[in-house]
Amino acid sequence: MKISTIKELLEADVICCEEELTRHVYSACGSDMMSDVLAYVKDQAVLLTGLVNSQVVRTAEMMDMKCIVFVRSKIPTAEMIELAKESGIVLMATKKRMYEACGILFTNGLVGNRVKNV
Amino acid sequence: MSEVLNFHFDVDHEDFTSAGQASVQVKKNLRQLGLPPEIIRRVSIAMYEGEINMVIHAGGGTADVNVTEDYIEIILKDHGPGIKDIDQAMQEGFSTATDTIRSLGFGAGMGLPNMKRYTDYMTVQSVVGEGTDITMRVNIN
Ligand SMILES: Nc1ncnc2c1ncn2[C@@H]1O[C@H](COP(=O)(O)OP(=O)(O)OP(=O)(O)O)[C@@H](O)[C@H]1O
Ligand SMILES: [Mg+2]
Repeated sequence: MKISTIKELLEADVICCEEELTRHVYSACGSDMMSDVLAYVKDQAVLLTGLVNSQVVRTAEMMDMKCIVFVRSKIPTAEMIELAKESGIVLMATKKRMYEACGILFTNGLVGNRVKNV
Repeated sequence: MSEVLNFHFDVDHEDFTSAGQASVQVKKNLRQLGLPPEIIRRVSIAMYEGEINMVIHAGGGTADVNVTEDYIEIILKDHGPGIKDIDQAMQEGFSTATDTIRSLGFGAGMGLPNMKRYTDYMTVQSVVGEGTDITMRVNIN
């Protein structure tokens, strides 16, 4: 799914890295606990979260994630935006709540991902 | 014979916002070395979890990363409170994190299990009242 499609489906406002909207993501993860996010192996995934601090962006960066959607109109700090720009991670904010935002993406074909068992 | 590259970091506990900076730097360094993205990701995640743990549970510490021909080694040392029962701490879901830490997005009890999951070798040595030493390795081939 194109990141621009996510923006449309969630009626989200793009906060930074607009130029990366043509990229594709293949899976999604919704959580406010960063180690839960880090437990999932993602390739080009999008993170949906209601948590707002710098660790959200670092977590996405560690996972090579391309896009973070803040739910419930949470607005990232200037420092987070700076970090995201450095890594080319798209930040966007939607009014929708976590459950609804995840549901919309899921029913439009963006599936979750399984926990890696090594 | 094989050349070893070392990166050393002091992990500060003062500022939760800046926690994880060492891991971000390591990720950059490993990218510059041209290592495979999957290897870099595993090293970065394992180190990031360890770094966050040192910040939230141990009052900071040090991180050393050694890159050899065969593996990348991460050595984390702190002088925090130590871990009483390591087997218990390694269980998914076990956490002593406070509500404050949870509200910051940590305390799922997934950090140590993630470190184990993403690395090929991991040892945890800890003495209550003295601190914790963790060594992890990710094989390159
Ligand atoms: N460096 C450390 N010093 C002292 N105690 C530690 C250290 N690392 C982990 N622990 C203890 O082990 C427990 C489990 O650690 P783990 O990283 O798995 O979970 P967590 O940090 O509580 O939550 P999460 O990592 O999911 O955010 C911690 O709650 C803490 O009690
Ligand atoms: Mg942890």
